[in-house]
Amino acid sequence: MVSDRIDHDAAAGGTAELLLEARGITKRFPGVVANADVSLQLHRGEILALLGENGAGKSTLVKMLFGLYRPDEGEIRIKGEPVTLRSPKDAISRGIGMVHQHFQLVPVMTVAENVVLGAEPCRGRFIDQRRAAAEVRKLSERYGLAVDPAATVEDLPVGTQQRVEIIKALFRGAEILILDEPTAVLTPQETDELLQIMRELAARGVGIIFITHKLREVMAVADRVEVLRGGRVVGSAVPSRTDEAGLASMMVGRTVVLRVDKTPAQPGAVMLRVRALQVDDDRHQRAVRGLDLEVRAGEIVGVAGVQGNGQRELVEAICGMRPIRSGTVEVDGRDTTSMNAKAVNGLGVAHIPEDREKHGLVGSYTIADDLVLNRFDEEPFARHGLRDFTAIDKQAEQLVQRFDVRTPSIHTETNALSGGNKQKVIVARELSYDAKLVVAAQPTRGVDVGSIEFIHRQLVAERDRGAAVLVVSAELDEILGLSDRVAVMSEGRIVAMLPIEEADRDRIGLLMAGGA
Amino acid sequence: MGIVNALRRLSPDSRNTLVAVLTGLVAAYIAYGIWDFKATAVLGFMVRYSTPLALAAMCGILCERSGVVNIGIEGQMLVGAFVAFFGATWAGIVFGVVAGVVVGALLGAFLAVCAVSWRINQIIAGTVINILAAGVTSFFYRQGRTMKGSMPTWEIPLLKDIPLLGKVFFQNQPLTYLTFAIVIVLQVMLFRTPWGLRTRAVGEHPSAADTVGVNVSLYRYGNVAAGGALAGLAGALLSVEATGTFERGMTSGRGFLALAIMIMGRWRPSLAWAAALFFGLLNGLVNQLNFERVIDVPPQFIGMLPDVLTIVVLATFAGRVRAPAASGQPYTKE
Repeated sequence: MVSDRIDHDAAAGGTAELLLEARGITKRFPGVVANADVSLQLHRGEILALLGENGAGKSTLVKMLFGLYRPDEGEIRIKGEPVTLRSPKDAISRGIGMVHQHFQLVPVMTVAENVVLGAEPCRGRFIDQRRAAAEVRKLSERYGLAVDPAATVEDLPVGTQQRVEIIKALFRGAEILILDEPTAVLTPQETDELLQIMRELAARGVGIIFITHKLREVMAVADRVEVLRGGRVVGSAVPSRTDEAGLASMMVGRTVVLRVDKTPAQPGAVMLRVRALQVDDDRHQRAVRGLDLEVRAGEIVGVAGVQGNGQRELVEAICGMRPIRSGTVEVDGRDTTSMNAKAVNGLGVAHIPEDREKHGLVGSYTIADDLVLNRFDEEPFARHGLRDFTAIDKQAEQLVQRFDVRTPSIHTETNALSGGNKQKVIVARELSYDAKLVVAAQPTRGVDVGSIEFIHRQLVAERDRGAAVLVVSAELDEILGLSDRVAVMSEGRIVAMLPIEEADRDRIGLLMAGGA
Repeated sequence: MGIVNALRRLSPDSRNTLVAVLTGLVAAYIAYGIWDFKATAVLGFMVRYSTPLALAAMCGILCERSGVVNIGIEGQMLVGAFVAFFGATWAGIVFGVVAGVVVGALLGAFLAVCAVSWRINQIIAGTVINILAAGVTSFFYRQGRTMKGSMPTWEIPLLKDIPLLGKVFFQNQPLTYLTFAIVIVLQVMLFRTPWGLRTRAVGEHPSAADTVGVNVSLYRYGNVAAGGALAGLAGALLSVEATGTFERGMTSGRGFLALAIMIMGRWRPSLAWAAALFFGLLNGLVNQLNFERVIDVPPQFIGMLPDVLTIVVLATFAGRVRAPAASGQPYTKE
């Protein structure tokens, strides 16, 4: 992959036209400096990666480049000319296009409608549908972005939707393309396709700013990397002259262990047994379709899969949060098929939910209260129907320390914490009572690298203590790093169960996409 | 052969509409052949009953397509009816209708301020309008006024001579024709023009519209105010055109029924019109049967019909049809 890279090092050296330049950009929000004296340059045909942890200021920076925020200090120049970008409209008219992390597409409309929205080609007073479709087709052929203009967006796979976003930007004449975490939602194959598209675009003279925290992609596609930490540019690099470990420590500010250290698993008795499980999603469509799964004590089973293949419904069914249509779930030999969440939890099933704001925490409660959310009515946290605040606070002090939750006080509202610290509160609560089975869904989503490392170590510790651990994650690296066995999920079924030694990226990627 | 091919190329929606319209026509003419006078009476009632409803449903469509739930249609209609009638007693019917429309638009703008700028819960804001409307119109109500002039009936040359349909559709009063035109124009605008595409985008996914430079607030303000104007017009139609008088609470739930019609019509002007006509037909049939003592129901129950139908429709359709995704949600720029 690295070998067929188009070599832009010469371009980056200064012979190519300077498309975009930021000089000394500073942006303050109440209480924080999001960007401090950030400068960067983007040339024609160049792919520039912005690398950094969550909260490093990458998003703020590109939002300023796209006119969503105004910098407090500093200057943005486009092709040498200083500009003030008041709105996305300004940015678009200056040739800047952005593909947002959450796609900005109207699901019920067609590809062509989405592309022309806001800049519709007209015949008289009416939209010229034929010309709209022709424009989409023209761009899709020129840049190798295969997509049907007449398709409805919600029917398209995520990777194709992303192409629509790119076409949308190109249709508006974008020469500078900002991609905000574009690979977060893609399968490995889709990711490779996207990287290929990026190279194609660059070869045709588009300058690309590419936000990511995935080192592998930076190494594969970027011509240059700017690393951000704490709102500042802490380093620049050319991927061919550095390695992943070097970039990682630049990003975090210390040496990071990228691999999860663990001994081989020693599986014991079956703790979770799922048989012929069928579960519906919120729209009453069958999401889990006859799924079988076993997890033993002392092992970590990772469920890999493209989001939306029934993982969420599987987890919720195991944890008693979603009615089971047919099939059975057993925890440590007890049938939990028709139990509710509280009863399942009472059997010793810990659950780190995918949506931490919705299912993991009550944001307006204090940290101490959130830490006893599942046991507030049990001894020692309640006596004779009254809550025992001494016991609750004592437990909170202990857990906050043990799980390194960074907070001014245990009586702080949980809402006030950062995403990583909120996640640690949930992990602390769920791993504090020696569960038999730990179900962790996206345990490190939106969490900084330092906390990821910590949470991973905690999950391995649970395994070594003898718990069965089920990890569901959209991050293949996380699955590969943590698991002893990998279950690949596609269209509501486990399509393959691989020992970790046999699980490699490409094979899993193919299975995830539904291939054999 | 050409016809068959043309039919094939139609979208399923248009094909269903075509089939429904043809079936309706055939049924109507069979009925006309058997009971000519009664059939004409029922269908005439259908049009008279459905027109204010269709207009009010257009208000709902304009608002919800751009992402604002307008539960205050009832109140906007009531105030529109009130202002139009008393305007008509003071300075003639044209002035009355215009005044009703303007006041309706102002109430729409008020809802837009609440929903878009202040981000107040839209149900509460709409309910405020309803309560306000009931109170204000009752308080200022004066008995014994009469309008200066009345709405003429316009007969459309040639078309009025079509048996049955001519009498039902082409011998009506001005605001009724205006409603027909508004439905057709809205249908075309919503699905064929840039304004329509942007309005729908604002109601489905406002940030998608925002990031391509569509001013979400502006579109919502414009549409909700225009919707209010249509509700005001619906009220004016009720007082000045249909009855020639104003009574306290005369909209009697039609604003809510319009919301049910909007849902049944899947937020499409033409389908909503069809739904309104269907409601009108049901009411016309019940009335006719009651009149002939075929069924003997106290008039109070007939009066309940709109509310009962609203409940039935909401129970049947709500949840099964898909509302504009951002309807009811205030939009905050990130």
